[in-house]
Amino acid sequence: MRFSQAGGRRLVAAVPTVWLLLLFLIPFLIVFRISFSEVRLAIPPYTPLITWHHGSPALEVHWSAYKFLFTDSLYVSSYLYSLKVAAVSMLCCLLIGYPMAYAIARSAPASRSVLLMLIVLPFWTSFLLRVYAWIGLLQNNGVINNVLLSLHVIEHPLALLQTDFAVYIGIVYSYLPFMILPLYANLEKHDPALLEAAADLGARPLTAFLRITLPQSLPGILAGSLLVFIPAVGEYVIPTLLGRTDQLMIGRVLSDEFFENRDWPVASAVAILILLLLVIPIMLFQRAQRRELEATT
Amino acid sequence: MRSRGLFSRVALVLGLIFLYVPIISMIVFSFNNSRLVTVWDAPNSPTLKWYLALVHNEQILGAAWLSIRIALIAATGAVILGTLAGMALARFGNFRGRTLLAGMTTAPIVMPEVITGLSLLLMFVALAQLIGWPKGVGAVTITMAHITFCMAYVTVVVQSRLVGFDESLEEAAMDLGARPLKVFFRITLPLILPALASGWLLAFTLSWDDLVITQFVAGPGSSTLPMVIFSKVRFGVTPDVNALATIMVLVVATGIAISTVWMRHREKRRARDLQLAAAANL
Repeated sequence: MRFSQAGGRRLVAAVPTVWLLLLFLIPFLIVFRISFSEVRLAIPPYTPLITWHHGSPALEVHWSAYKFLFTDSLYVSSYLYSLKVAAVSMLCCLLIGYPMAYAIARSAPASRSVLLMLIVLPFWTSFLLRVYAWIGLLQNNGVINNVLLSLHVIEHPLALLQTDFAVYIGIVYSYLPFMILPLYANLEKHDPALLEAAADLGARPLTAFLRITLPQSLPGILAGSLLVFIPAVGEYVIPTLLGRTDQLMIGRVLSDEFFENRDWPVASAVAILILLLLVIPIMLFQRAQRRELEATT
Repeated sequence: MRSRGLFSRVALVLGLIFLYVPIISMIVFSFNNSRLVTVWDAPNSPTLKWYLALVHNEQILGAAWLSIRIALIAATGAVILGTLAGMALARFGNFRGRTLLAGMTTAPIVMPEVITGLSLLLMFVALAQLIGWPKGVGAVTITMAHITFCMAYVTVVVQSRLVGFDESLEEAAMDLGARPLKVFFRITLPLILPALASGWLLAFTLSWDDLVITQFVAGPGSSTLPMVIFSKVRFGVTPDVNALATIMVLVVATGIAISTVWMRHREKRRARDLQLAAAANL
């Protein structure tokens, strides 16, 4: 009985672990390994890691994919541009999402669930179609330009599509719920008595907010910001549909290297370098996630 | 104090408008007669012609059917694996490999999709070389990829549900001699059923919606609905996509409305049962 229970537990943990090892961890090791190969015209289209010379194995490690990434300015500028876009979008999400989460947390309990549902509802409809909707709004003969023209605010249509602005709009629009939900989960737990005490002691609302609410909500800010920043760095759909054609984001570069140039080693090296950039944010996110799950016990 | 409350409430209203304007504009223009999606053709609108065009579009219908089948299997697989992982993480204490499993279940949630997609495809290619399976990429590899990234979400949902309720019920059943499997099916499973249902729906939606990872692990002849939509909208707006979007919004809204009513009903019934039980005890 004891033994079978321990065995059962081991099985319960082992099945998902093995699945994720095979389909999550090992794939990364393969990407890592292919990033140290060179392209060749064969199946598969990269050089093997181990070659045999007169019966003895030799390790073949090529740095050419990485060297290539640092010699061509296209890649460095795509990296920096992706970081900038992700950081700006994250800040915009925070500035828009914080007051929204705050208002929901302070509203009557009955209306909270309705408001939360309104925030989450767009998330359940297709992400791709919601990004696509912005093409119709932003393009030269689109809704925004038509409205502004008919109101005589502008005389010529504004070029809104295929700009940085369109990418920011797209990312903020798609990722806003990911910022609001962790912030709300945090703000909802705050004790209003603290703010009342501060007010009784003569603190102005802004002071009370800056010295009590804001510091207490830092875990929520961190979780929300990471949930926006990390996926935004590698974003592919939004910049492809809404963004500039002269400055690509790194996710698009990776995809193009793979599908258009068929250069698996360079695509793999790009992936490894994105991961190196993101490893610290991802570890921060995992720590925040673990704390959140343990705090509820 | 009041002014700050006002500020955040105004922000909330503006934010909600921001969230819904694009969806509403898509719905409105799906009834527009003009091919120029953004110019309202007043004399001939509203019209249902894009909906009719949709019904006769074999490519879109075929892709939608493939997407539904993949999402059904992927969501079910993700719920099974995600429940096992969530159980292990929430109930088994500090077992060997816990850190590994916890890390592998949270990382896919934030991992940029291009990286997940690339690594999965390269793994499938390597696997095919090693053992001769899978023979080419297609619906099977798409489904396996979807199970992998969906199970991460299910794990989080199940785990947070399990740490939320106390273990005394399970312990009581164990003390009364119930075997672990029986405890799971009679006590734990009914308690986490709402979490499993929302996890399944979430996984279904994520699978149905995924483009980037799918593009990597799809082959010729296995185009899912997002892939077909993407190839259409990459070069501008097309009115039949607006019609498709409207149908999807309608389905989701109906689904959410039904589930809300059902949850209310369940809560009411539970409250009544509790009252009845209390009355019986008197």
